[in-house]
Amino acid sequence: MPWWLPASLSLSVVGLLVGGALLALGLTAGGLALADNLGQPYLWRVVWFTLWQAALSTLLSVAFAIPLARALSRRRFPGRGLLLRIFSLSLVVPVIVAIFGIVAVHGRRGWVNEALEAFGFSGVHYLYGLGGILIGHCFLNMPFVARILLQALDTVPPESWRVASQYGLRSRDLFRLIEWPAMRTVLPGVAGLVFMLCFTSFAVVLTLGGGPKATTLEVAVYQALRFDFDLGRAVTLALVQLVCCGGIVLAVLHLSLPGNLSLTEGRAYPRPDRAGWPGRLADSAMIGGAMIFVLLPLAAVVLAGFNAKAASVLTDPALWRALGQSLTIAMASAVLALLLGAALLISSRSLRHRLLRPAAANRLELSASLILVVPPFVLATGLFVMLRHVTDVFALAMPLVILVNALMALPFVVRFLGGPMMAEAQKHDRLCQSLGLAGWNRLRLIEWPSLRRPIALALAVAATLSLGDLGVIALFGSQDFATLPLLLYQAMGGFRMAEAAVIAAVLSLLCLLLFLSIEYGLGRMRFRRRVRHA
Amino acid sequence: MLEVAGLTFHYEDMTMVFDLKVARGECLALLGPSGAGKSTLLSLIAGFETPSSGRVEIEGRDVTNLSPAERPVTSLFQEHNLFAHLTVTENVGLGLDPGLHLGPAERAAVEEALQRVELTGMGGRLPAQLSGGQRQRVALARSLVRQKPLLLLDEPFSALDPGLRGGMLDLVDQLRRERGLTVVIVSHNPQDAQHIAARTAFLYEGRVVAQGETQAVLSAGEPAALRAFLGNAPRQVSEG
Repeated sequence: MPWWLPASLSLSVVGLLVGGALLALGLTAGGLALADNLGQPYLWRVVWFTLWQAALSTLLSVAFAIPLARALSRRRFPGRGLLLRIFSLSLVVPVIVAIFGIVAVHGRRGWVNEALEAFGFSGVHYLYGLGGILIGHCFLNMPFVARILLQALDTVPPESWRVASQYGLRSRDLFRLIEWPAMRTVLPGVAGLVFMLCFTSFAVVLTLGGGPKATTLEVAVYQALRFDFDLGRAVTLALVQLVCCGGIVLAVLHLSLPGNLSLTEGRAYPRPDRAGWPGRLADSAMIGGAMIFVLLPLAAVVLAGFNAKAASVLTDPALWRALGQSLTIAMASAVLALLLGAALLISSRSLRHRLLRPAAANRLELSASLILVVPPFVLATGLFVMLRHVTDVFALAMPLVILVNALMALPFVVRFLGGPMMAEAQKHDRLCQSLGLAGWNRLRLIEWPSLRRPIALALAVAATLSLGDLGVIALFGSQDFATLPLLLYQAMGGFRMAEAAVIAAVLSLLCLLLFLSIEYGLGRMRFRRRVRHA
Repeated sequence: MLEVAGLTFHYEDMTMVFDLKVARGECLALLGPSGAGKSTLLSLIAGFETPSSGRVEIEGRDVTNLSPAERPVTSLFQEHNLFAHLTVTENVGLGLDPGLHLGPAERAAVEEALQRVELTGMGGRLPAQLSGGQRQRVALARSLVRQKPLLLLDEPFSALDPGLRGGMLDLVDQLRRERGLTVVIVSHNPQDAQHIAARTAFLYEGRVVAQGETQAVLSAGEPAALRAFLGNAPRQVSEG
């Protein structure tokens, strides 16, 4: 099999879907009236706000994550492992559940205001508008950024700390000479990802934006399709988003620096900057603040779930039907995303290890991330327009949601599976080549045993993302077809907060169970005996 | 038996051109400072890298365009010779059948090879339960069951203690005599060459700059790069 075949198949599927959807929409709209749409001041206001909030969100997330990662790298305390685990999972917390928790803590009648009033202050309303969007985006992204930066700090060879202790480097020297160079290798990539996620953010802006003043391109596309059915405007907005966001992300990633290989004896040396009370105090404040910021909304979700409405919501068949449909969508789109992602990585691995073209391999892997720039609504609507003559919307809704969710999960599969696949090849590729281990034998005997865990993790992440997604379902949802995130959104939109609380609790529990059962079930599965008696 | 002619390879801004001849049943040591292209030459012979021109002939057959598994060659690397999740028997068995479909005859062959490298009864262990020297012996056992005439060793024992290393080199030497193997061994240690190889080639900046009987090459004192490589080692090298 030629090295380029798997990626070509995978990328053609993606390219045909995206290109076909855009084309179908453009044609149906009877021309885009591009000049007309581009001339509207409304559009440029939306573009400006989208850029502004994405830049601010990224900046704030990174600005808090850097000192937080330093503090976490310096300190050991009970529960640190659990906190880090929560941090790395924050990316798969259903956005709409996070929003519910944020509203419960920061909303007009949330915990913060209750506490203020209990002490005799008057309440403050800061949640809706730009403030709300920033809180939401920081909540969702900051822990993830901190986790990645901490990982980068963990790759600093322990011998560096030994040298630093010997020469008496101060905390700020350590930052400048050791920590910053380590973080800088991953920062452009992670900042680019966060920027892209915030630029294309939908649920946060829809629920916390609080009005037409705070609208992003993604929400504007949704509104153009859902309320005005203005296909031309939707495609124009989508193209603007593609150009702006794609360009900016490519530029940021261009700054990416390759990580350097580190040599280490594998022994641990303590960091020299752990003593001293000002440092201890600052680190405690940093870690404590982050814990309050991240854990309170999650606690609110858990606590609010136990309320008087629980019985009636839990016995509602609509909830259970939505649960079943959510699980079907999650599993189907996760498997699809895994197949697309693995195909892409097989090719990029050949590029990297056999043809020695790591830059080309990077570009190939990056191409998967660019799908995040395409508004899922445009994708789904375009495909719907294309297929509506073949069958009706009721038959199409579920497959379309599965397909679009799979595409949106693709970058995460590539991210979680890419590293382990490359590491596996680095260790085993030549040995496999020299022994003639290829195809099915290699998959069965070598790849599956060593990649089982990362595969399970990638699958779990994709499934959980899809399970908690409030995206195209908002466009295609109906009485008969709903997912748990949609039910939650509708309950919040109707200010049925007690009901919403129960759904949020059910959805988070389901996400957790699904994630753990895939990760542990598949990841720890024992494999059968390998030697066959011929 | 092995002939490398005008084999050209570009790596970053370095161009390497190799010419080399090894007779059947001979052991040749490739010496040279790091970055000289020793491992690259071995990779080119094994087929892991593709040359831009030139050819590799093994037993009179041009193998330049064959994949690594199709060449009559077995490679032993410095590390990662074994799959950590497979047992010793399974690791050796891969040399007989890449799908691990092992019948009684194959299992007996694996057992015999393990016996030959003095690992009798260790078949059920995982690599993590073995010492570094034992792991390399498992890899040697696998190269025995593959029955390929050319054995390429890329610094396979440099991570071992000096005493252990000598023992491993002796084992390779015995196996070469018994099975009529041709051996090419990369090392950065002149003592290894004296220990096992009748002939030595010295590589420098992507070229073979000296080639001949080991003693003669090591005591010639030229070219200058070889002198620098040997450092303060005595000209009259005694039996190591």
